[in-house]
Amino acid sequence: MDSVAQRSFDVAVIGAGPAGIAAAVAASESGARVALIDDNPAFGGQIWRGGASASHHPEAGHWLDQLSKSGVTLMAGTRVFYSQNGALEAESDHSLCEFLYGKLILATGARELFLPFPGWTLPNVFGAGGLQALGKSGLPVKGKRVVIAGTGPLLLAVAAYLSERGADVLCICEQAPFSQLRAFTMAMASFPRKLVEAAQLRFRCRRAPYLMSSWPVAAIGRDRLQSVQISDHHRVREIQCDYLACGFHLVPNLELARALGCSVTDACVEVSELQETSQPGVYCAGEPTGIGGMELSIVEGRIAGYAAAGRIISANQLLATRTRYRKVVNAMKKAFALRPELATLAKPDTLLCRCEDISFADVRNHASWRAAKLHSRCGMGPCQGRVCGTAAEFLFGWAMDSSRPPIFPVRCSSLAAISSPASPAPRLGGSQ
Amino acid sequence: MPETLTVRVNGTPVDVAAGSTVAVAVLLSTGVCRASVSGRPRAPLCGMGTCFECRVEINGQIHQRSCQVLCEANMEINAHG
Repeated sequence: MDSVAQRSFDVAVIGAGPAGIAAAVAASESGARVALIDDNPAFGGQIWRGGASASHHPEAGHWLDQLSKSGVTLMAGTRVFYSQNGALEAESDHSLCEFLYGKLILATGARELFLPFPGWTLPNVFGAGGLQALGKSGLPVKGKRVVIAGTGPLLLAVAAYLSERGADVLCICEQAPFSQLRAFTMAMASFPRKLVEAAQLRFRCRRAPYLMSSWPVAAIGRDRLQSVQISDHHRVREIQCDYLACGFHLVPNLELARALGCSVTDACVEVSELQETSQPGVYCAGEPTGIGGMELSIVEGRIAGYAAAGRIISANQLLATRTRYRKVVNAMKKAFALRPELATLAKPDTLLCRCEDISFADVRNHASWRAAKLHSRCGMGPCQGRVCGTAAEFLFGWAMDSSRPPIFPVRCSSLAAISSPASPAPRLGGSQ
Repeated sequence: MPETLTVRVNGTPVDVAAGSTVAVAVLLSTGVCRASVSGRPRAPLCGMGTCFECRVEINGQIHQRSCQVLCEANMEINAHG
């Protein structure tokens, strides 16, 4: 059995992307003892993965530098899987740690939405941000023929990233129609810097056609991807390629917030003026409160960090900036709303649950997500429904149940170590 | 040139840039991380630790998410695609 190392902090921050880093720095400069805990092997979240040198955002260098100069205790490669009695249980590769905290800040970020279509489980079909993350993690893409598809501003960023590293980006398929994208550009007129940024991204991937009202219909290949069928203005054509990078914008990571009992509305954590959730002393910042991008995440993180450390005046000074960036949330929601055709791509034998290999036909006739899980085992594998459950929300309109611990698969020894007669062991789910 | 290091995927040496994740080493060699419960080949999807498609055995420890683990020299990786 692993022994549990117990550490105590005034403020614990979960997630080290822009929101979490800003929160940790703000709380630390206010005099609090702060821990910053992240599952990934390095800090920066997905957008600043690979550090300042891999990022075009000047903010990356600034905040990673601020973080390194702060007194924040940094815990990378550490997964929080359970919370009980004001303590967080976390597992790293070799140890188990219990964090006691005064205040808690959730900055758990977002993941890509993946939707099923025939062939989507083939090797070399990646997420859009997924392929970029693998590139930032060392995967050479030079000479690879890549189709980028899905929706959201991320597609352009991924195309720019891959093009600059020598990939042959064959096309970018954005499902949103021109009218929605034009409206988005108009809505972003009050953020000229963001528009310049978008223009720069487009310039960096200028050789790749940007197709609107276009989406993937099927990925073709025997043991790995060979070609992609795309619908382009309602005509289907097939493109030979090495990689498909496909993601349908972002969805917040809500598992920990839900496990802690924080109120969630419209798939976003409800927060007060000072980023406090419905659970007193538990704050939330960044994408879990609404997908709004880096600038909003940073300002929300700072507000949460100051508020958690009791510096309410400093927090209040940032509210106007937050109000300004909050406009981005609605603009993105409208612009990149998913078209109904995307719910009809899966065939009856297309897999929905990739962990348990459960088909679309096995799931679609159930009344709810819970019924589908109980009868088909979909969502019961190691990803705990992070992929298929999120897809099912869009495909069938099912609401997700509350999440139950452990919120990540963990070693049995970790569960045993945190159990005691006073605190019954959490139910096992998808553990090793 | 970035520093490289060598790991073994299913016994075969693979050179990767220092700082690469195990998922990268697998993609540069067999390209397949695991067989699904019905025996189909699977490889990384999300690249950020949420989808669990990239599970491999690393130094004898099973079910490791290869996208979240950095390569170390002489690491033994088993990807049973």
